[in-house]
Parts: sequence; C-alpha cells; structure tokens
Amino acid sequence: MSKLSELEYLGLPPAKRKLHDIGQFFARLPGNLLHFLKKIPLGIWRCLCAVGRFFAGIGHIFADGDWKTRVSFLVMGFGQFFRRQIGRGIIFLGMEGLFIWFMSMFGFGYLAGMKDLGTQATVKTLNDYGLEVVTYKDNSLKILHGVLTIFIVIGFLWTWYINIKQNYTAQKLIEKGVRPKSFRNDIKSLADEQYYKTLLAVPLLGITIFTIIPIFFMILIAFTNYDYSHLPPDKLFGWVGLDNFQTMLATDASGSDKFAYTFREILIWTLIWALIATFSNYFLGMFVAICINRKGIRFKKVFRTILVMTIAVPQFVSLLLVSKMFADDGIVNSVLMNWGWITEKIKFWTTQDMARIMVLVVNLWVGIPYLMLIATGVLMNIPADLYESAKIDGASGFRQFTKITLPYMLFVTGPYLLTSFTANINNFNVIYLLTAGAPKTMAYEGGAGGTDLLITWLYTLTVTNNDYKIAAVIGILVFIVVAVISLIVYNVSPAMKNEEDFQ
Amino acid sequence: MSENKKFRSKSGKERTVRVIIYIFLTVLCVIWLIPFIYLIFQAFRGESTSMVTYIIPRKWTFDNFIFLFTKTNFGHWYLNTFIIALFNAVLQTVIVLCVAYALSRMRFKGRKFLMNLMLVLGMFPGFLSMIATYFILKLFGLTSENAVPGLILVYAASSGMGYYIAKGFFDTIPKSLDEAARIDGASRARVFFRIIMPMAKPIIIYTIMMAFIAPWGDFMYASLITFGHEEAYNVAVGLYKWLDKEHISNYFTIFCAGGLLVSIPITALFMALQKYYVEGVTGGAVKG
Repeated sequence: MSKLSELEYLGLPPAKRKLHDIGQFFARLPGNLLHFLKKIPLGIWRCLCAVGRFFAGIGHIFADGDWKTRVSFLVMGFGQFFRRQIGRGIIFLGMEGLFIWFMSMFGFGYLAGMKDLGTQATVKTLNDYGLEVVTYKDNSLKILHGVLTIFIVIGFLWTWYINIKQNYTAQKLIEKGVRPKSFRNDIKSLADEQYYKTLLAVPLLGITIFTIIPIFFMILIAFTNYDYSHLPPDKLFGWVGLDNFQTMLATDASGSDKFAYTFREILIWTLIWALIATFSNYFLGMFVAICINRKGIRFKKVFRTILVMTIAVPQFVSLLLVSKMFADDGIVNSVLMNWGWITEKIKFWTTQDMARIMVLVVNLWVGIPYLMLIATGVLMNIPADLYESAKIDGASGFRQFTKITLPYMLFVTGPYLLTSFTANINNFNVIYLLTAGAPKTMAYEGGAGGTDLLITWLYTLTVTNNDYKIAAVIGILVFIVVAVISLIVYNVSPAMKNEEDFQ
Repeated sequence: MSENKKFRSKSGKERTVRVIIYIFLTVLCVIWLIPFIYLIFQAFRGESTSMVTYIIPRKWTFDNFIFLFTKTNFGHWYLNTFIIALFNAVLQTVIVLCVAYALSRMRFKGRKFLMNLMLVLGMFPGFLSMIATYFILKLFGLTSENAVPGLILVYAASSGMGYYIAKGFFDTIPKSLDEAARIDGASRARVFFRIIMPMAKPIIIYTIMMAFIAPWGDFMYASLITFGHEEAYNVAVGLYKWLDKEHISNYFTIFCAGGLLVSIPITALFMALQKYYVEGVTGGAVKG
C-alpha cells in the first residue's frame, strides 16, 4: 500500500483510514526491524553515558558541598542533624550502624566464603564409644548467604547515595533561604507526592526476595558443579567457570555431545510447539468466535458457556484426566475397540510423533475457548461500516475475512500474540500433565523425552535428577531465547510504545 | 427487521451455511463436554476403583467421596488449598492494585526502569528461581509442615509483576478526575481510595477471582515446597500422585471424585463472575 499524502488521508472515510493505518503498519515492519537493530549500539552508548554522569554527579556533590555535606560521605545523616532534619538523620545513621554491625559480624565472612564455596564438607571423628560421628563443616549452599550479602551491600550503597544527595539538596535550599522539609512533612508526603513509595515498598521487597535474589542465585549456580554428585551437606560444590555452557552447547568433559544434541532437539521442538500452538489456537479460536457471533445464530450464550468451562476447571484435573483417557488402556481405546472401529490399540502417548500431535490437539481443546473470548471482544469493535462498504463493493465473505477481519485482529492483538508465544515456550502445565515429557528416549540425555519442552526438561533435571547446574544453564538459555524474541517484537510493534495515548 | 426477513427468505445458501455452523458448534460442544461427563461418571462409579473399558457406570455410589474424607488426607489438602486461596486473594489483590495504581497514575524517577525490570524478570522461566526460593523459605522455616504460610508468601511476593491488566484498566480512567480532586486538596492516597477504587470494581473482582483460583491449580511450587510432608499438600499435589503407575488401579475413581469436588466450586465461581473475566482478558489482550 502506498503512502498517502496527509490531505488524501484525511479525505478518506474513517473506516478506510483505519484500514490504511493497518496496511501501513505491515508495510513498515521490515523497516522498523532494521531501525531496531541500528538502535542497539546507540542504547549501549547511552547506558555508558548515564553511568558516567552518575559518578560525575557524585564528584560534583563532593566538590560543591560544604563541610557538613562532605562529612556525610563518611558519617551518614551527619548533615541532616545540623539542618533540622533529625528524623532523617537518625534513620540514616541507624542504617549505617546496622550495616557496619552486620558486615563485621557476618557479611565479610559470607563474602569470603563465596570465593571457593567451602573446602571441607564433613569431618569424621570417633566418639568415646568408638563410633564414627560426622560433623558438618562447610556447606556450599552458604552461597545463598553470600548472595543475600551482595544485595544488602547494593541496598546500602544506594541508601548512601540518597543520603549524600539529600544533604546536597538541603544545603542548596538553605543557601537559597528555604527551610528543608521537616520529618513530619516527610511522613505526610508519603501519602501524597511520594505515595508511590508507600505503594511500591512491600511489592518490591517481595519481588526482590522471591524473584530477583533467586534468579541471581541460579545464574551463579550455572557456573558451579552443583548436581547429584555434589549435594550438600555431604559434599561440596565449587566454581567451574563456563564448563556447563560448554556441555550444553558443544561437548562435555568426556567429549560426548549428547547434551548439546538433546538441547538442540528440544529447543527446536519447543519453538515448533510454540509456533504451532500459538497460531493454531489463534486462528481456530477466531474461527469459532466468528461462527458463534454470526448474525442469526442462536444459543450464543450456551455455546460460549460450554466452551468456557475448560478455562474454569483446574487444569490438573482436566488435563490429567484427558491424558488417562488417551492412555493405552484408556477409555478412548477401549470404546473404539468395543465399537469395532479399531482392532489394535492406538498408541497415543508412546510414539514420539503421535504424542507430539496429541499434545498439540489437546492444547487446542485448552486454548480455543480462551481465544474465542478474546476474539469476540475484538470482533465487536470492528467498525461495521467497513463491512458495509466491502459488501457494496461486492467482496465475498472470504475476501472480507482476509482483507478486513484478519488484518484488524492481527493489528489489535499483536502484543497478545507475542505474550502467548512466549507463554507457550514456557507452557509447563499442558506438557507435564499430559505426558510428563514421555515417551522417553535413549537418544536424549538428562531424562528428556520426545514431548519435553525446555521448561519441562528443566523441571525433570531439578526435581528428578537433581542436576541443578544444567538446569540453571537451560533456564538462562530459555531467558535469552524469550528475551531476544520479545525485544525485537516490542520494538517493532507500535502498540507498546504509546502508553500515554490511552489517558 | 423486514429487510432481514427478505434476506433470509431469498437466500437458501445462507440457510445451509447456518445449518453447517450449528452442526459444527454442536459437535464442538460435545467434544468439549466429554471429559467432564466422563469425570462425573467415574466419580460416582461403584463397581471398581480402576479404569474400565466402558463409560456408563454399572453401579452408582457415593463411596468414593466417603473414602476421600475418611481414608485419605484429602480433607487436609482441601482445607490447605482453601486457606491459601483465601489469603492469596486478599494479599495479591492489594499488591496488584498498589503497583498498578503507582505505575499508572504517578510519574516518578525510575518508573520506566521499574517497568522494564519487571518485564525482563518475567522472561525468566519460573522454575529457575524455584530452588533458591525453596532454600530461602527453608531459612525462614516455612517448608514441609509449615508449607501453607510459605506458599502464601511465595504467591503473594511475586504477584507484583502481574500488574499489567489492572494498570491497563487504570489507564482508561480519565486523569482529569484525579486532577480535579487534587486541586480540591485531596492527597494521592485519598484519590486512590475515594476515586479510583470505587471505579475499579470490575478489575478488583477480576483480580480477586484470579488470585483465588490460581492456587487450586498450582502444582510445581506446591510439590517442591511441601515435599515429604503429606498433610501439607495442596489438592493438585495430592491428587497428582494417585494417577501414577502404583496407585492408579486403586485410586482412579477416587481421583475423579476429588477432582470433581475441586472443580465444582471453582467452576461455579468462575461462571458467576464470567463477565468480569471476559472484561479483564479482552482488555488485557487488546492493550497488551
């Protein structure tokens, strides 16, 4: 579609204008992609600049600050005491005291322990009766304490930065003859201008402790040899550098490339699965929605309600049951045999190709109702005059679908398609509850099977095999795959950018 | 209307299309219902507890349900899950609304960074953090027999990252409302409670509903954190075990009875609040 001049564009009827926008969006896709790739180096440069500016800012505060501010670089809250901000001063000083106490008592020990993760796991001694007694000494899982310490240090540095900045701001205010805010005003502003701090404090603390720290911990584990043969507290594990990544991507220590082979195969199947599962659900769900919403079709509500039931029933009930229904001695095989339609049991789950097809089919059962709901919402919003004018131009139903409905749907639900693609890459429930990764094959390493996705393999490796180091590597690689795909799409699609447009 | 009638009588083709659609939708609905009908039949089947080769039970009975509550820990699991779901519904809703309001309504330094950070964190597979989460909970003594508070903590703690749909909803409430109230001297906190909250009823109901339902289906976290302590299981972990090779011949109909007991309240709740669910889901999908 060629780009119209502004005058021509405004001259179009609103419905056609929308269509033009959509056409333009798809026409611009490749250009946007290129533009995004060009933006990467620029982004890195900007990041470096920001870091530079940050340190320059600290230097400037020290150079420009008076003696109270400078002393605050060492004794936190010092300046505040002299500027009638005693409440703040006490808090800052208290935090510094607490930090010093923690670091001298535990922190440095934990950080030092990070270096080699312990040297001796257990000591065996004989007690008075000549029996062997095991005393546990070092435990490599102390790495978690180290990680916590690192986060406490980061938090402290951040507090320190706020401290000097506030000192400087107060100093400047006093120079201008304005009295800095009192403690009571501080508290009050937590319900007003700074209300976001009140709102976000607890949620962010939760995310830090139960998401960020664990992820950081597992990233570290990827560089150790923590697995079934190095389980604390009986054994120690230690740093091994990039060995695990080498095992995963090329060959392991013994020179076999079985892990790399398994990883490649499972990655390919994961991507195929995500692609087919996303788009088959998308188009069939849309098709069902169009059928139900067609003019003159009755019992719309009944159809919709029945389909939506699959969303309501917990998946571990419905999917486990479906997996048993299609088992070798399950009801489907039995009934088909009773009816004489088949003479031999169909092996739904025991051959790789069949199992893969089955999980995709059952996934339709799970996904169509969901898409039907979304598509119904979107279809209602398509301007009716688009169809009117198409009908007048003599477009057939199919043409109306490909020229109006489909582009509109894709345009509006673009971001959703992306999220559902990445959600499918990590679709644990459907695969694990249906097949648990089976059929297992000898060709794969690490207990992986024919329908395993990376995420279910990750689960098997951690829970069944205790092969944490490899699991951590897979987790990181999954992240990279998802992040790369998302980054590209987010930057290319327009819907994500104009956040303020809605308000 | 008259035009519509004329159109209908004119076109025999339209009628065939409709018949085809009806047939298609009916077949679809039958396929969708089969597993649930099968579940109900098996839950009430009395002649044996293993899988059988026919669908309709020969003997109807309540024995399976009685067995569930007298001979197994199902009552414990049910209560555990219910408590977790209740607490989660409250905590998660409060957290999600707080985060969504702050990110939608307030402009502060680091806001963009925060949103990008949560986006990136969301791209890590949930399992990656599972092992460490387990050890952290163990540090607090919240695993095995204390798994219920532990699970509540885990679910609620990471729920701040699921703020997208609520934020999308807040974004559609005109900012001029806030501004008018603030000119009249209302603080941000007051605006939040007095103006936004009453208007956000659909999204509050949606969040409560999702937060209440989610723990009933969680298998992965629950299986790890309750490991080795059967009384602390939730329903998903407890029932899952009954379908493995050793148990299935003795527990298949028991599983179905348990599954039915879990499904009925959830499905009823879901159907009653369907309207809000549809609103939340379509709003979320369209706005990303």
